[in-house]
Amino acid sequence: MAIDAEAALMTLLERCHELALRNEVPDDEYPEVIGYFPVYFPEEIVHAAGLRPHALYGGGNKIEVRLADARIGSFVCSICRSTTELGLNGTLRGMKGFFAQPICDAARHMAGIWGRNFPRQMSQLLLLPQNANSPATKRYVYDEYQRLRSELATQVGHEISDAAIRASVHVYNENRRLQRELYGIKRDDPARLSTVEAYLLVRAGTRLRREEHNVILREALHLLTERRVHPRDKPRVVFLGGFCEQPPLEMIETIEDACFIVDDDLLIGQRWILADVPEEGDPVWALAESYVDRSAWSPVQYDARKPKGEMLMQMIREARAEAAIITAAKFCEPALDDQLALAHRLNAEKIPYLVLEFEEKMTSFEQMAMQVETFAESLLFQ
Amino acid sequence: MTAPYPVLEGVDARTAGQRLINQWLASLNTAHERGQPVAYVFVMGNAVEILRAFDFALVFPEINSLQTGVRKASAEFLAKAEDFGFSPDVCSYVKADVGLMLSNMQHPSGVTMPMPDLAIASSMCNVYIKWAEIWERHFGIPAFVLDLPGKRFAHWQAPAGSRQREADTRWVLGQLQDLIARCEQITGRKFDRDRLAEVETYVNEMVRLWIDILAFNRNRPAPYNSMLDGLTYMGVLNAWRGTREGVEYMRLLHREMADKVARGVGRVPNERFRLIFSGTPCYVNMRRLIELFESHGGVFPAADYLTYAAGGLDSAGIFYDPSRPLESLAEVTTLAAQFGLSNHFFSHHTLAQQAKDYLADGIVYHGIKSCRTVATSMADNREYVSTRYGLPTLYIESDLIDPRYWSDAQIKNRIDAFFEVLEQRALLANAS
Repeated sequence: MAIDAEAALMTLLERCHELALRNEVPDDEYPEVIGYFPVYFPEEIVHAAGLRPHALYGGGNKIEVRLADARIGSFVCSICRSTTELGLNGTLRGMKGFFAQPICDAARHMAGIWGRNFPRQMSQLLLLPQNANSPATKRYVYDEYQRLRSELATQVGHEISDAAIRASVHVYNENRRLQRELYGIKRDDPARLSTVEAYLLVRAGTRLRREEHNVILREALHLLTERRVHPRDKPRVVFLGGFCEQPPLEMIETIEDACFIVDDDLLIGQRWILADVPEEGDPVWALAESYVDRSAWSPVQYDARKPKGEMLMQMIREARAEAAIITAAKFCEPALDDQLALAHRLNAEKIPYLVLEFEEKMTSFEQMAMQVETFAESLLFQ
Repeated sequence: MTAPYPVLEGVDARTAGQRLINQWLASLNTAHERGQPVAYVFVMGNAVEILRAFDFALVFPEINSLQTGVRKASAEFLAKAEDFGFSPDVCSYVKADVGLMLSNMQHPSGVTMPMPDLAIASSMCNVYIKWAEIWERHFGIPAFVLDLPGKRFAHWQAPAGSRQREADTRWVLGQLQDLIARCEQITGRKFDRDRLAEVETYVNEMVRLWIDILAFNRNRPAPYNSMLDGLTYMGVLNAWRGTREGVEYMRLLHREMADKVARGVGRVPNERFRLIFSGTPCYVNMRRLIELFESHGGVFPAADYLTYAAGGLDSAGIFYDPSRPLESLAEVTTLAAQFGLSNHFFSHHTLAQQAKDYLADGIVYHGIKSCRTVATSMADNREYVSTRYGLPTLYIESDLIDPRYWSDAQIKNRIDAFFEVLEQRALLANAS
């Protein structure tokens, strides 16, 4: 029975792997697709319009950037470059629209690049606020979401009703609950579910309607309960730096060879809302309020209630981790700015940490493996 | 007519401007001794009008950082920040400021920079916010983040009376009210609407004059170089915004430029090519960069920098209504964000229009290694503008203040080659 379950789980993970790394949006894809650049996007509004939200996480280390290099400064992160490449080489030709958010200065330029090069696709910034602490914040987010709703309604040629958005919120609430459950297993029983597996299961959702993704997650959770687990003695660490540009899978595997990653910020936009969005009342208000009051943290959002050092400490405590791996994508200014502050905080708390830099396109991990192994050994024998 | 200020007497506008900048810097030394609260602000989206109404002394850390470049001291400050642990890929302005913090606030101008009582970071540059977080940790003060909703796309419009204009203005107004409450808490003073109205009246006058001053450069020859003299003028506009001194200075500058235009005096003796500059200067080699263009008879009559780094007010085309000062501040700040400050993400049409308005022969893009705010998509912008509008363009790359990224021979070669193209085009145009 357990062997059958494991085989079924492997089949499911293989499917998720294929989905997660699928970049193509063919021009006959149905439902039609709205692409968005990280970190967070209120997918429910897109879903309620009858469109499929498509999170853009760059081209990874499987594509060759040839066209985009001539369009983007040499000192800009890889995800901007590879996403532009996917546009220029036709991989994303089927997208109906593209949205970026003001997560960083490079990301804001993506809306301009897209508009100049792909004039048939709607290309915009969704201006999520950087001030989360004003009594006026929720109303502003609400107004911006209503603007998005109106823009999408124009695209699909019909109004997007409150009832439709509420129904989407219901689907996404279930999705969030399932993801929380998945992360709960990773935290409480990390030998049962690796971070790479959790990652693939979550990322697959960016290529599916959420109803389908919910089916996959439910099945995975069921199969995981039947998995035979072989306990291993590895240090428990948290991983930071995967909120936007994604580290290669091989890098996560390299870390997991030596450590259990018991919490992380990989694909944090998919888990940005931390609790159920209210399903009563005005659904757009419920989404706006949830963005402000029930949300995660990352280097790209300022919120006076969430000082970065404090949030890291909370993450470590709640995950019962003994150390942290603090990473930043090459040229990622927000992560690089925070990296030092987080390291200072960890020093002050006497918590061991390892600092790594990555690029989505990296293909060699030997040196990183050596660093991680040395770090893990120092934790085991300290 | 008000008597001119001693610092403005008997000198040209550029010298007077430098004196005013030095006077402002020197005043920061003793701000706290005078009982003045100190605010750290940025040049893009700073709500200076409210701070002036509360009599804050203003520190512009961007100006502090660029001054380390101008004074050839930036390498030392950058090295301190990198030794402290900052990555070479972090904004060099941020690192110079960290270097200043690590130098007991001893600025190369001789000024001991005061600690802030308040720090405002607008969302016009995301690095502002990360920078303010560094201050939060270093100085132990909470930052005030002013989120300004800019353009959403290239042809963005939010006409007066539209729901969109109302929504964005309401958001800005709400935050300005929060800021006022914060200022009242810090200073122990009540907000004075009349004082805000007075400051706005000064700003209006400065901006009216500034718009004229920018327009003087539509004349051939251009009376000043936007990326050299213009930087001093803009420095005064920022540091003395909303003051009587600022108005007096702009009047002096206006008179001088009007006179030059009337007499046909240009910044470059034999002006041959007029170019639009896009991007920020290289302060550590500012004169050298300009010299490389002026030696070919090239002048920059206009630069997008003089709009976005000057608060964006000139492009909004509206002025404060001091009879309703706070509401008007919210309206104008919103418009300035949308049509001045956030424009660099979608600047292709604006640059082409600027080239037309200023009778320019081409556009020079200056990519900045550590400034992704202005430089990320310059190459793409350039491709679009060259193809769509047929304008000759040049792309060069260095940094704001990091001398390691200045490659003199390479930059000179590119500039020389660009002028060869311009010369050939001129010859062809004359022949046809």
